[in-house]
Amino acid sequence: MITMKKTTRNNIYTYAFVIVSFIIVQLLINSGNISSSLQGQLVPICAYVILAISLNLTVGILGELSLGHAGFMSVGAFAGVVACISLESIIPITLLRLIVSLIVGALFAGIAGFLIGIPVLRLKGDYLAIVTLAFGEIIKNIINILYVGKDKDGLHFSFLTDSSALNLAEGGRVIIDGPLGITGIPKLSTFTMGFALILITLFIVLNLIDSRSGRAIMALRDNRIAAESVGIHVTKYKLMAFVTSAALAGAAGTLFAMNYSTIIASKFGFNTSILILVFVVLGGLGNIRGSIIAATVLTILPEMLRQFNSYRMLLYAIVLIIIMLATNNDEFKARLRALRERLLPSNHRAGKGGAEDGQS
Amino acid sequence: MDKANTPEMQMATMPSVDLVSEREAAKKPVLETRNLGINFGGLMAVNGFNMTIDRTEIAGLIGPNGAGKTTCFNLLTKVYQPTDGTILLDGRDTSNMTTVQINKAGIARTFQNIRLFSNLSVEDNVKLGMHNHINYGMWNGILRLPAYWKGEKQAHDKAMELLSIFDMESLAGKRAGSLPYGAQRRLEIVRALATKPLLLLLDEPAAGMNPSETAELMENIVKIRDTFNIAIMLIEHDMNLVMGICEKITVLNFGKIIAKGTPSEIRNNPQVIEAYLGKKREG
Amino acid sequence: MTFLSFLISGLSLGSVYAIIALGYTMVYGIAKMLNFAHGDVIMVGAYVTFFATTRGNLPPVVGVLLAMVVCTVLGVVIERLAYKPLRAATSLAVLITAIGVSYFLQNAALLLWGSNPKAFTSVVGNGSLKLFDGQLTISVIAIVTIVACIVIMAALTWFTGKTKMGKAMRACSEDKGAAQLMGINVNFTISVTFAIGSALAAIAGVLLCSAYPTLMPTTGSMPGIKAFTAAVLGGIGSIPGAMIGGILLGIIEIFGKGYISTQLSDAIVFSVLILTLLVKPTGLLGKQINEKV
Repeated sequence: MITMKKTTRNNIYTYAFVIVSFIIVQLLINSGNISSSLQGQLVPICAYVILAISLNLTVGILGELSLGHAGFMSVGAFAGVVACISLESIIPITLLRLIVSLIVGALFAGIAGFLIGIPVLRLKGDYLAIVTLAFGEIIKNIINILYVGKDKDGLHFSFLTDSSALNLAEGGRVIIDGPLGITGIPKLSTFTMGFALILITLFIVLNLIDSRSGRAIMALRDNRIAAESVGIHVTKYKLMAFVTSAALAGAAGTLFAMNYSTIIASKFGFNTSILILVFVVLGGLGNIRGSIIAATVLTILPEMLRQFNSYRMLLYAIVLIIIMLATNNDEFKARLRALRERLLPSNHRAGKGGAEDGQS
Repeated sequence: MDKANTPEMQMATMPSVDLVSEREAAKKPVLETRNLGINFGGLMAVNGFNMTIDRTEIAGLIGPNGAGKTTCFNLLTKVYQPTDGTILLDGRDTSNMTTVQINKAGIARTFQNIRLFSNLSVEDNVKLGMHNHINYGMWNGILRLPAYWKGEKQAHDKAMELLSIFDMESLAGKRAGSLPYGAQRRLEIVRALATKPLLLLLDEPAAGMNPSETAELMENIVKIRDTFNIAIMLIEHDMNLVMGICEKITVLNFGKIIAKGTPSEIRNNPQVIEAYLGKKREG
Repeated sequence: MTFLSFLISGLSLGSVYAIIALGYTMVYGIAKMLNFAHGDVIMVGAYVTFFATTRGNLPPVVGVLLAMVVCTVLGVVIERLAYKPLRAATSLAVLITAIGVSYFLQNAALLLWGSNPKAFTSVVGNGSLKLFDGQLTISVIAIVTIVACIVIMAALTWFTGKTKMGKAMRACSEDKGAAQLMGINVNFTISVTFAIGSALAAIAGVLLCSAYPTLMPTTGSMPGIKAFTAAVLGGIGSIPGAMIGGILLGIIEIFGKGYISTQLSDAIVFSVLILTLLVKPTGLLGKQINEKV
């Protein structure tokens, strides 16, 4: 009989959940039982799941509020796509090229995470949050003035001008066209790749949490002063969490971008960062499986609410507020329960307890 | 047969160089402060603090509330940077050390207001104390290489061993924040011990304990000193505990040392009595 | 002359940011929460004035007053329904709820008033002052905005310093529990804070749209974020800090747009924030709160 640690068992459930979900969806696709709009959402859902897990690493595990996560997604998206387009002739096998692009996206986002992390992680609480927001907007601005082109001589870069300043030779092509972003993206992302990337993300994040480094990161969250007093190097572990989170977001960004033919930087702004944060909070801080479920449900929800048409986003907002009130205010929760009992009376015995609880 | 004077026996009975230096080292104090002080915007919270602590001494730091006792602990662990004086830990000047480095160099502490990693398990709290003594890095952990398994097994075994000092092994899986107050205090001590310190600073370890718990704590502190061969300095208000186990007591008032000595000397020191009880009224 | 022109524009925009930032900073000081929906209250204020002056044919002053009333009520209702139940919750939970309220306001506005941008007519007309032989043009809107900011700032300083309610607000900011024990009605004080902040938001919305006349449901979002940045820059919780932060931010934004690049102006503004916080982690006038060890 193998005795398993509680966390290991919990993690296996998470993997199982993802794998089973993938199998079910694949069956639905193969049997044609899935709407085309939902099928188009599959890759974005995978991307949002990875974004939620990675943000949870920063917010739920490290305990620092980051409002600029979309910035890392953006860096990964643009870097990954540039790599993909540039390597078109060098790596003709699309799967390999996709993998290389994902790695490039993760790498650039990780570097961005490192450079941003060093000044940012010194700040406390709300100040840290606003600075991450600021960096997210700065990244958006910078990509908007970035011009990247490729020709037979390699890559050309230019800032603040226009695409002609790239001086591309004959047969060259503009990749990033300033505020116009990237057009003509090779749509290489697949649901299977998204699924694989989720598994890799889980492997990295779950294993990190359940290890010496993960403990150190969580110690910083629970009590920074105590962590220092037992010799834990604060900046090192904060950066570890932050950079890992950024790199994974970058990979998600690349996956996301290569599901569309066009991307522009303004799509990866503050609103996206907030969207992901909502997934993380609703799924539960530190609850990785919760992030997966929340990201999936909340991405599908606006689609499912389509019947309400123009009211659906309003409904989304109301549902969000109600969930927050219910999970944080006992009185509200009790009132909701009473309301539910009145609307849908169930066959519960009045007053559970007594003999049943007596055994504890 | 006379074995005593064979070359082998002579070699065996000759004091080795290591033994000599060890004995020398045992005489050197583990901690020495010289004129230690801190100035908070004009107020000298601690002033002219001179003390030495020997290798395996149990020392007490007492004084009325606000005297600066915890401030001293904060100075020793560099939570505050001293504005005056030096601290020598095991002979080394700690002027340029950070809190993290001080812990690696050999000082561990508990806190007046308990600072546990409340969302983590009891066992994880102890393992965090062992953080710098478990040797595998981030990638070994993520990729689950052999070093991870070996390190975690060692950590688990050692954590259980440490928890057994206070009979807390059965609590290993519980969330630290859910423990009763006394157990939380004991866990903090175990965590501090896990860092393999030369000097253990305990800040009001008996706070909130009833007499029988305090008596048990006193036994445990002495047991810890004897088992681990470390020095212990404690801040306490419970005089039974202080007089009962401390070998040397330093008394602080308004940031300055007003008395130093053995328990019996301190007990009868008029300045100490005055500091705690106020001046005796005439007539 | 362009320098002076930019300066005036910067002061004007900065005044708007300052007025909005005051709402953020007061609410943060007393409720320790980031009222994400504040930017959208601005938008509501602007819409109310727009409809009051166009459909309702009311004079602009009445339009503004109506906006102030509506926003005040809106702010207090939001506080009672969505924030008060979460007073004991984590700040992250309150933040997400505020985000929900923000989404709600934006989408309600979208439903009610459509996504087509409305052309806002300035409440103080479009007149301008010409100085230095016509080389420098100062719009009346700019003058009114700057004056409004100064008046509000003075009024607020007097209010928090000299009146009983103002002192109650400061007391609640320091220690709600102690304030309650002193007989201060904390709930009422917090409601008053939200009321004042929301009324100011209405004014800010009207002034903002008078200067930049496009009005959409998302109009309040970015100025809201920038104003919050301004509040942090000046030191969150500090009223003079909000004013200084707001003015500085406005000036930096306009100068950035004018001398460097329109595309990069936001990046410049945010970079200034980051640099300031690296040097002064609690903002320009912020208080260093030391954790007890």
